[in-house]
Amino acid sequence: MAKQSYAQALVDGIYDSLAADDRASMIGSYVLGLGPQRNLMDRIREDFPDRIVDPPTAEAGAAATGVGAAMAGMRPFVDLGTGSFTYLAMSQITNEAAVSSYMSNGRISAGVTFHLLHGVRGGGAAQHSHSPQSMLCNAPGLEVVAPYSAADAYGLVRAAFQSQNPTVIASHAKLLGIETEVPDKKSVVTIGKADVKRKGRDVTIVANSLMTHYSLLAAEQLARDGIDAEVVDMRTLVPLDEETILDSVKRTGRLVVVDECPLRCGIASEVSASVAEHGFDLLKAPIARVTRAHVPVPFSLPLEEAITPDPAKIAAAARKVMKNG
Amino acid sequence: MPTPLPDDVAWRLLESMLLIRRFEEAVLRMSQEGQFRGHYHLYIGQEATGTAVMSVLEPRDRLNSTHRNHGHVLARGAEPGKAMAEILGKATGLIGGRGGTIHLCDPDLGFLHTSGIVGGCISLGVGGGYACKQKKDGSVCATFFGDGALEEGVSFEALNIASLWKLPVLFMCENNSTGSWAPGEGYPTLVHASTDLRLIPQSVGIRTMRVDGADAAAVREAVSDAVARCRRGEGPAFIEAMTKRWPGSNPLWPEPATGVTDIRIATGETQAGGAHKDWIENHDPVLRLARALAGGGNDARTRLYALDAAVKARIDDAVNFAIDSPLPAPATAFDHVFA
Ligand SMILES: Cc1ncc(C[n+]2csc(CCOP(=O)(O)OP(=O)(O)O)c2C)c(N)n1
Ligand SMILES: [Mg+2]
Repeated sequence: MAKQSYAQALVDGIYDSLAADDRASMIGSYVLGLGPQRNLMDRIREDFPDRIVDPPTAEAGAAATGVGAAMAGMRPFVDLGTGSFTYLAMSQITNEAAVSSYMSNGRISAGVTFHLLHGVRGGGAAQHSHSPQSMLCNAPGLEVVAPYSAADAYGLVRAAFQSQNPTVIASHAKLLGIETEVPDKKSVVTIGKADVKRKGRDVTIVANSLMTHYSLLAAEQLARDGIDAEVVDMRTLVPLDEETILDSVKRTGRLVVVDECPLRCGIASEVSASVAEHGFDLLKAPIARVTRAHVPVPFSLPLEEAITPDPAKIAAAARKVMKNG
Repeated sequence: MPTPLPDDVAWRLLESMLLIRRFEEAVLRMSQEGQFRGHYHLYIGQEATGTAVMSVLEPRDRLNSTHRNHGHVLARGAEPGKAMAEILGKATGLIGGRGGTIHLCDPDLGFLHTSGIVGGCISLGVGGGYACKQKKDGSVCATFFGDGALEEGVSFEALNIASLWKLPVLFMCENNSTGSWAPGEGYPTLVHASTDLRLIPQSVGIRTMRVDGADAAAVREAVSDAVARCRRGEGPAFIEAMTKRWPGSNPLWPEPATGVTDIRIATGETQAGGAHKDWIENHDPVLRLARALAGGGNDARTRLYALDAAVKARIDDAVNFAIDSPLPAPATAFDHVFA
């Protein structure tokens, strides 16, 4: 199978979505940030010049434009830029788009797609390293996806454009250049379905976004110690695919949840609670969470490393779970 | 035409501006050597603005700054070594290496916060002004922001509140957009429907002034007037300082487009050249003030060269201090989450 970078697949997904639906458009085209992949967007700029606008530095205004246009039947993709800037558009996303279907008794929908570059990108310090997904997951009515592989980036962006619901796509800034295998013909990926990326007998590692990449690396380290880890890639955070996760825990009896959002009320907390609630009897040992510490992100490298999950921390957590039962 | 600066003031301002210039040249060099990570923004071309504002403000006054803050903290008197150490993420940095280039801040000097969020600074400045007014001590809050900040909705809210409540806020808008981004490159900041940014504060009744931001005397005069009005309780003032964007800022990352500034261009001993000759000759605020002072004859020329040498030595010391400083201990990452 051929390999493709996350960035390239995301761009292909946006391109094909624009080609497939005249109602689709882009508000903000700096989807790939300032990194070396940013020029991949040029193909879209050249082929769909009248369906791309770059807004002022006005996240609330850009988001509101997308939400309003979606309510009027269009399919806008709004790029929010660095994940931290999502907060400036929080009301438009959570209190306008997310609630539109429910509060209209199902008569209005806001099929807008938001994209943000989340995560500890390296030297971003406290204000440019956020992973706002867990806050967004707390807004009923929003679909939230955080893919890891190139194929899923493609498939989920296609699904987001097609969805009647407001959908947030969180891409980790450090994933953009990472290449993974893609099929000859990439296809739509259903929102709400997790994927077992690696089969294993001893311990389930549930992760998403860049943390799935790190968990797969951790699984290789663990294999050298004779621990056979199964890695479940969440892909979608809301709706949560509890079935696939519980199914895996049924096989392994042990769970490590990995996520880059801060610990408290994060994605890892939600997955842990869900398994504790519905799969308590399946567990041979207490669940472990590996997340960003509940600390703002510092600039200096040794401080940044101290609070951020990495493959070694994930492997250490899995070893501890193995020891505990 | 602004009133010419008294000689001693002019030399003082030039020293500060030169300090910023040599600091920024060192930052650029260190970035290219891979000494630090992350995106960064230099104050080259805007030295006159920050320096002149600081020359008017008093120790009791408050300030806040932006992603383009290096010049602000240095002009206010922060230790260059600690500023450089912060950029390298060292434990001896102004804020212990937690902020890096985007968040240089010296709370001892009255800085409330340095926000990298566009629109963050202008709005927090209103809070600073509110505090000054409550304290009834005649202090003011100077809040720096770029032209881009006026693209954010919160800026309008901030201006409206400051005007309604007559808060002593100096809104210092540094408009460096005169000179454009290459298409498809960099931040698309040139996106105001209004062709005159002063109309935005004017619409809520705020007094505005526009000055040449590369002319230290002009900025100082405008700021003196605005701050005096703030202190008298007349409410906020808005100054738009216009600068011609430094060519090194046009690409996505700073580039040494105009080289290391040759101070002898100011005395005519060397000629400006290269692709950016026009900027160097006509828009470089440091050379502009140096040229005016060096016109004073041989003594002035000698003084100028000596000043530049002294500033360079200070920056060399700052760089060495920063490089030799230790990184913070990993365990300290968990400190200060709560005050
Ligand atoms: C809320 C928010 N949106 C976007 C950005 C990304 N960004 C960083 S600097 C910048 C341009 C700011 O322009 P301006 O305020 O004029 O300052 P300048 O860099 O020109 O000095 C942008 C858009 C940001 N930091 N914060
Ligand atoms: Mg600007």
